[in-house]
Amino acid sequence: MTRNPSKNKSGRRTFLRTAGKALAGAVGGGALLAKSVAQDEHVAGNKATTSFPTEDYDWTEHRWAYGIDATRCIGCLRCVEACKAENGVAKDAHHFRTWVERYVYLEGEEKAQVDSHSDPQNIAASGSESEYRFDNRYKDEKVTKAFFVPKMCNQCQHPTCVQVCPVGATFRTEDGVVLIDETYCIGCEYCVQACPYGARYFNEETRTSDKCNWCYHRITKGLLPACVEVCPVGARIFGDLNDPSSSINEFIDNNRIHVLKPETGNAPTCFYVGIDKEVS
Amino acid sequence: MEMLVSAPYTGYVYPNETIIPWTLLIAIYPYLTGLVAGAFTVSSMHHAFGMERFKPVARFALLISLSCMIFVPLPLILHLGHPERAMNAMITPHLSSAFAMFGFFAAFYVVLLALECWFVFRVDNVARAQSSTGVLRTFYRAITLWSDDVSVKAREYDRKWLMALAIIGIPGAHGLHGYVGFVYGSLKSREWWGSDLMPVIFIFSAVISGMALCIVLYVLAARLRRIRLDFACLKGMAYALWGFLMFALLLEALGFANIVYKGKEGIDVIMEYVRGPLFVRYFVVQFGLGAVLPIMIIGGMIARDTRGKQFVVGLVISSVLVLISVFMMRWNVVIGGQEISKTMKGLLTYIPPLYGRQGILAGTAVMIAPFGLLWLLTHLFPPWGDMSQEELK
Repeated sequence: MTRNPSKNKSGRRTFLRTAGKALAGAVGGGALLAKSVAQDEHVAGNKATTSFPTEDYDWTEHRWAYGIDATRCIGCLRCVEACKAENGVAKDAHHFRTWVERYVYLEGEEKAQVDSHSDPQNIAASGSESEYRFDNRYKDEKVTKAFFVPKMCNQCQHPTCVQVCPVGATFRTEDGVVLIDETYCIGCEYCVQACPYGARYFNEETRTSDKCNWCYHRITKGLLPACVEVCPVGARIFGDLNDPSSSINEFIDNNRIHVLKPETGNAPTCFYVGIDKEVS
Repeated sequence: MEMLVSAPYTGYVYPNETIIPWTLLIAIYPYLTGLVAGAFTVSSMHHAFGMERFKPVARFALLISLSCMIFVPLPLILHLGHPERAMNAMITPHLSSAFAMFGFFAAFYVVLLALECWFVFRVDNVARAQSSTGVLRTFYRAITLWSDDVSVKAREYDRKWLMALAIIGIPGAHGLHGYVGFVYGSLKSREWWGSDLMPVIFIFSAVISGMALCIVLYVLAARLRRIRLDFACLKGMAYALWGFLMFALLLEALGFANIVYKGKEGIDVIMEYVRGPLFVRYFVVQFGLGAVLPIMIIGGMIARDTRGKQFVVGLVISSVLVLISVFMMRWNVVIGGQEISKTMKGLLTYIPPLYGRQGILAGTAVMIAPFGLLWLLTHLFPPWGDMSQEELK
């Protein structure tokens, strides 16, 4: 077989030219397609903002916030149990969407003794990892000051968990709640590390990160989060900052409020009253 | 569902902290990337900086770097709750995350290393394709992309590519590893990690670990192949290891001094930790045995102009100590950071399980895997001679 080098060369050149055009076309086409998809999504996104997550809920109309009055909390732990039941949180001593801490100052001591209901001693007192109570370990001590502090996800305005998520599976909604898309989370637990408040944990069942979402499935239907609903002393306050007459606005307006670890710059939307310098 | 092992603790820790999120595999991940960067540095001493004394080990170091790099993503993927979603990070990277770029950086670096290897071994592979038969011939022909041009012009062209790749590769390798340091250093939730020095500390510890590995494997390979060691090359690596080791130690010490001197809230717990559970791991193994002792051994040998077997033994012992020290450093950073509670009021103790995805056995397998690949690669592409350069001269 003989070959014509020049013909071969020109063939190669033509091929390269055609391939180049095809590639350019593919890239250009791809870009156009991507643009049109993005536009579609944008439209869908606009639609979504007016009716999300349900038909009759508009997340642009609300700005949820949470108040905790530590002076009222009695450490009954109804909130913890209600939360576990409502959200299907693992019934053990290592996974909590909300928990309660006990701070006790003993006479002559500068620093508080701190524990939570997940402490092995308290678990031993309750007799089960799925039932919670504080034991009576200080009954023979002289206590100068003692109080309880409920804790949970602070639904930060600048959430580090959202910042570090490599896939964008966790995000802050328009109404101010940080959610996790468990169908997209890869379970790297970077967010668990990044949360300064220890609010996130790894859900062994879904194999994704998990945390409190202020019972988003309830609040978008006009209900209160389970923990707020069951609190017998009104230590937990929840409401819409956009509603001037809401209980949360009343709570914020009538108290000197604090947030946890303000130095992180996370800007929590969980506001505290009656906490001590030891609380972090 | 894997069995949950909760970490025992003292003081007060947040309830969710009792399950340690990042375990042995996440300590192995920066260790492997460190070895990649360090071995690449050794290879670049010859390929980019033209240091002739590093020539006997340059190609071998490149294969070490490639073997480790291919396995870098494995511990990360194994650790994921949903390994099947790992590609989500590349399909929809969330750009604000320090971790979002990992897949791209890793992929870029594997391609770069593979390309560099291709150019480095091209002339050898052409020769092997010509001298072998059957399947091997087809394999080497395919590897060379059916090109058998080994003319002076072609080799000059290879050399230019190699230079360019090495020049991109050096900042690439160190960038990749500095980035790993940033993944930890950028977190404000943990005092033990949140340091501006972290990326730099990671880079220097990477360089020393990779160099130490090259020294150990070079001596081991020479013994197995019953060939004479190139003393000048070994001494060159000893000098480099010695110098970088001093920088690494200084930076680590500065990092620690910063935490102590600033004495921010929670320093009591940190001091309780370093004086207690961390003392042996940190001061004795990582600093004492793994850094100060090798500096003294190598320094002593250089000062006394030790030669021969004594030098080789001293250098290998120092290198093994450095390898242990750097692994300890990774452990002390990754696990140590999580053993200090975010409450800064308590300390946890991580006990690695033997079995399971996060267990010691799985971790050991991940650590051994690169060396299995290296064994295969050194058989397919023996790095011992450097035909291309010889012939070019």
